[in-house]
Amino acid sequence: MYVYDEHDRQLLAERVAQFRDQTDRALAGELSEDEFLPLRLQNGLYVQRLAPMLRICVPYGMMRSGQLRRLARITRDYDKGYAHFTTRQNVQLNWPALEDVPDILAELAEVEMHANQTSGNCIRNTTTDQFAGVQADEITDPRPYCEIIRQWSTYHPEFAFLPRKFKVAVNASEHSDRAAIQIHDIGLQMVRNEAGELGFRVHVGGGLGRTPMVGPVIRDFIPEHDLLTYLEAILRVYNRYGRRDNKYKARIKILVKALTPEGFAERVEAEWAHIKDSPTHLTRDAIDRMKGFFTEPAYKALQDNPPALATPRSESKAFDNWIRRNVNSHKQPGYAIVTLTMKKTGTPPGNVTDRQLEQIADVADQYSFGEVRVTHEQNVVLADVRQDQLFELWQAIRPMGFATANLNTLTDIICCPGGDYCALANAKSIPVAESIQRRFDDLDFLYDLGNIDLNISGCMNACGHHHVGHIGVLGVDKKGEEYYQISLGGASQHDAAIGKILGPSFARDDMPQVIEKIINVYVDNRTEEEEFLDTYRRIGIAPFKERVYA
Amino acid sequence: MRNIVKHDGTIVVDAWQVLEHPAEGDSLALPEGPCLVPAELWLAGREHFVGNEQVGLWLDSHEEPELIADHIHQLPLIAVNFPKFSDGRGYSSARLLRERFGYRGELRAIGDVLLDQLQFMKRCGFDSYALRPDKDISKAPRCLNFFSNAYQAATDNDEPLFRRRGEFPVAATA
Repeated sequence: MYVYDEHDRQLLAERVAQFRDQTDRALAGELSEDEFLPLRLQNGLYVQRLAPMLRICVPYGMMRSGQLRRLARITRDYDKGYAHFTTRQNVQLNWPALEDVPDILAELAEVEMHANQTSGNCIRNTTTDQFAGVQADEITDPRPYCEIIRQWSTYHPEFAFLPRKFKVAVNASEHSDRAAIQIHDIGLQMVRNEAGELGFRVHVGGGLGRTPMVGPVIRDFIPEHDLLTYLEAILRVYNRYGRRDNKYKARIKILVKALTPEGFAERVEAEWAHIKDSPTHLTRDAIDRMKGFFTEPAYKALQDNPPALATPRSESKAFDNWIRRNVNSHKQPGYAIVTLTMKKTGTPPGNVTDRQLEQIADVADQYSFGEVRVTHEQNVVLADVRQDQLFELWQAIRPMGFATANLNTLTDIICCPGGDYCALANAKSIPVAESIQRRFDDLDFLYDLGNIDLNISGCMNACGHHHVGHIGVLGVDKKGEEYYQISLGGASQHDAAIGKILGPSFARDDMPQVIEKIINVYVDNRTEEEEFLDTYRRIGIAPFKERVYA
Repeated sequence: MRNIVKHDGTIVVDAWQVLEHPAEGDSLALPEGPCLVPAELWLAGREHFVGNEQVGLWLDSHEEPELIADHIHQLPLIAVNFPKFSDGRGYSSARLLRERFGYRGELRAIGDVLLDQLQFMKRCGFDSYALRPDKDISKAPRCLNFFSNAYQAATDNDEPLFRRRGEFPVAATA
């Protein structure tokens, strides 16, 4: 994992001092609300429905146990003792006081954390696959490139006032895309060309929100050394030509669509031709140096499926279920990837208490080299767990509430904070998630249903990624009443697609029953090997419509 | 006459006036003393203005610096307007004028120029700033220098930090 040197520490300390100065001037009335707005947003601070909200950056989702403990302390000292894992692999505090924020940022800086560019019309936190570096089917570890992008984009002087926010995601797995790169402003898929050289396939102009789009490819291969100059060319074209007259048409996807992907690519290529040999061209040393931070931990020589795993699996169905659902295979023999689910029914998805943050830190120290990853599905991953310690770990995390064996099932719901917290929301999302979790509380039935992504957003801004849920739920406002619109057939991986709207929206109380009807159409129509999405793609939306609106 | 912040934090009084686009049907009236005319008018009257050290031009945020690329060496001063501080196009314009077209003369930020954007402007090649008059100009030197270093290359620094870091610290892998 990346470790700061004196340059990083100094830059961050200067940023904290700058924001303290800005906050003082805002409180003294020297900055208008409008003038302070982008400054506080670029330091993660929103003003929400009930209180400010601070979005803390977790670069590409990686955290050390010491950072988790510091977060726990901050939630206790400055907030109400809990935090929220977001769909951008970040952490949010819901109740900080504006005047405390400079102190919170100073406390974060002590453990190499910050809230830089977690909001505002700038380049946001770069995200990646939560299994980066530990899965077998990976071109190479994408995290060094994520950190290279993070540093380049941090306090970038040219791109701090873009037309709109800008999100970059990197994926390196050939067969899966847990980073959902095609719904990002820039999606980078790591590839090797015919000569075996490393590089990226570049998607531009994906995104959710009001105009959901899957990002088209504008270049099949950009060599790794050209990563930053190419990004700079894309951003410059966007900064100069993206629309600024209408915030709903200001994302890069609108520009790409207006120019066509080919036309946009031509502009980028023309810009890039000027700057590709500039000093921003990455050196071999710079890439290798960064890779040096993401080396393997001290793995022991172990065998797969040891007796300490096989025996308890044969004796406990609950443990076996958890292994099947929440544990993934690892590239290193004898190790496994464990997902701690933050989706216990009755708890808002992604919410954790200060005590739970410390418990996660403790199990990370004990079982996974002291590191964790936050996922965009709002769970937490222990990436390097010994298989012969899985049973012990499972016993440890059950009382903590992290062992609900529902990963990737219908109740592993992605859900934004919604109208309970967020000023933008049209409707509450958390109670909908909970009512669906309560309706589908039979684990065996959930396993029988297989992988289903159910994503809920409380408004069009789509923080809950509803467009790309196999089942998507969107909160809408109908004459002051909260209603929910359903879409089907969305997908976020390599087969990314935007879901189709089923029809008129529903009242909140009807939602569990409506979801049940949708599930029943799947159960009645599926063939033995089909997952929900396969059945939907085969039979189309009509049978679902008929049943739900019968 | 107004106070202008220079890139080194000094504050000078200068006489450059920014001329707005004349109303439809009116012609541009040059005042006494140095002035900045709208870029398209300078281009239209180029033969008349070239060589006049008292006449520079200003580009609005939507105007492409490519327009004046062939003439920048004939200009005593170029200004880029920020109609609203949150309109970031001027940063790209400045970098292009400096890095692509090689402009070496004075490059001034005008319009909605506030304290907290000064260092970004400096990094993109602006070397003078017409701070909005209601802002406390005594704070400009501090705001120009919040950061003593930068990760990325820009006009002010062509060595990104990745080219300046030392050897890989062995201890960092722990």
